[in-house]
Amino acid sequence: MAYSTKVIDHYENPRNVGAFGTSKEVAARRDIGIGIVGAPECGDVMQLQIKVSEQGIIEDAKFKCFGCGSAIASSSLATEWIKGKTVDEALTIRNTQIVEELSLPPVKIHCSVLAEDSIRSAIEDWKKKSGASPASPSTTPVTQHA
Amino acid sequence: MILPNSPTSKNPIYLDHAATTRCDPKVVEAMLPYFTERFGNAGSRNHQFGWQAEDGIEIAREHAAKLIGAQPKEVIFTSGSTESNNLAIKGAAEIYARAAAGQTGRGHIVTAAHEHKAVLDPIRRLMREGFDATFIQPPPDGVITAEMVKAALRPDTILVSIMWANNELGTINEVPQIGRLCHEKEVIFHTDATQWVGKMPTNVETDQIDLLSWSGHKIYGPKGVGALYVRRRKPRVRLEALQDGGGQERGMRSGTQNVSGIVGFGKACELCFNEMESEGKRLLAMRNRLETELKKRIEVTVVNGHETKRLPNISNISFGFVEGESLMMGVREIACSSGSACTSASLEPSYVLKSLGIGDDLAHSSLRLSLGRWTTDAEIDSAIEMIETAVNHLRRLSPLYDLHKEGVDLSKIVWQAH
Repeated sequence: MAYSTKVIDHYENPRNVGAFGTSKEVAARRDIGIGIVGAPECGDVMQLQIKVSEQGIIEDAKFKCFGCGSAIASSSLATEWIKGKTVDEALTIRNTQIVEELSLPPVKIHCSVLAEDSIRSAIEDWKKKSGASPASPSTTPVTQHA
Repeated sequence: MILPNSPTSKNPIYLDHAATTRCDPKVVEAMLPYFTERFGNAGSRNHQFGWQAEDGIEIAREHAAKLIGAQPKEVIFTSGSTESNNLAIKGAAEIYARAAAGQTGRGHIVTAAHEHKAVLDPIRRLMREGFDATFIQPPPDGVITAEMVKAALRPDTILVSIMWANNELGTINEVPQIGRLCHEKEVIFHTDATQWVGKMPTNVETDQIDLLSWSGHKIYGPKGVGALYVRRRKPRVRLEALQDGGGQERGMRSGTQNVSGIVGFGKACELCFNEMESEGKRLLAMRNRLETELKKRIEVTVVNGHETKRLPNISNISFGFVEGESLMMGVREIACSSGSACTSASLEPSYVLKSLGIGDDLAHSSLRLSLGRWTTDAEIDSAIEMIETAVNHLRRLSPLYDLHKEGVDLSKIVWQAH
């Protein structure tokens, strides 16, 4: 399968790679929302972190991704699109827009779905931590205790 | 016309010889006259065009037989290993069945879970037609032993089909020992030797094989031609043909023979027979260097399958925390395969790697690199560099690598699977 030039560009020059600290550090911060979706056994894990102002504007976003080139490109693109948006605006982003922008083939649509899920998941996490809305179930992976 | 998958790389390195090989120019040269001046039908018994074609086929049959230590009469030409496997498995099951078609309890077949689909699927079809089967689960090293086969045998077992070397891992099963066991128990033994023959010494007599499949395009011959060895004495193995017609190939494979393909196949067998020993040593040295360097340079690098009981040309390596398809994208100059199945709708990684119990995450992180006749030391050097660079690039992006560095045990995390 051939990749689109946009996918290759995001793969080779991913935007906004990183995190706002170790997993412990970011878990404690109320201005940061974390979305981790997917699973290693499915072949993709996306981690999106958003830094949100008190006015609800996404000031910064960082991602990490274990997955195929299309998954990396989808999450890289997602960080570009949400930066500077309000959380409500970011929630309007649909996976179909990502598919269109990156010219993803049908077998790669799940990569775009995962990117959309990671945005929703990060925003939910921020809302829960900042008290912006009633608590919802944790969207971050939890360590299993024996 | 420009096709979407047209090659874009300037100097690609071909490390996918387990998928297919380039035809040796000597093979092409041997084939060419059989498209033009020697175009006859080997079944035309009354003129020289037919005789020329028949001569070409019989010389090829001698080379093919010599490569596996068989008699020429025991070699049946087919379209490739898939057909050879189908003919061997279905053809033998039909003859040695213990009950008539339409009934149940027709007989038991033993195979392994990490066989090629061209063995598993014919057996699954037979299961729908009244046969029973046992799929041996391989141990973590991937090697099927005679003991494992022995434990799976039943009084009604009619056929054992165990590949000689695995196509994804290169692991070598205990074929001579399994052959001996089957002959003791008077069970027909078939081996899919597609990855083995031409690279490793083969003798169907001392290795006690009844049916053996191999293919032209894995041994620097043309695609669309292969062979099945069918033992003629001690025991004389009989097969029910899959297709009926003109009775070519001793009635076991009707249809006008693919003369040029068979001639090329014979030439490929001859070249492998002559070069096998020195080529095997050369490939093993290069593969060992590839694996040693990658393990030295990249942490959490695992070579899948038995360390030594492996073909000299196949290396299946998992690079932790990195997904295989994205890794292949990072090494676009290298043509290779991955156990990751990110392109498949099921999102399932390789069933072969899964059957070894190596974990889905490492299965998704695997590359299969397979070397061949034209692989050079310089290409191996470049491949090592490119893989190291790509793994480092992807680990910088990998949330799993961060967790690993923080000391989190990834197996203890509950993921939100999708």
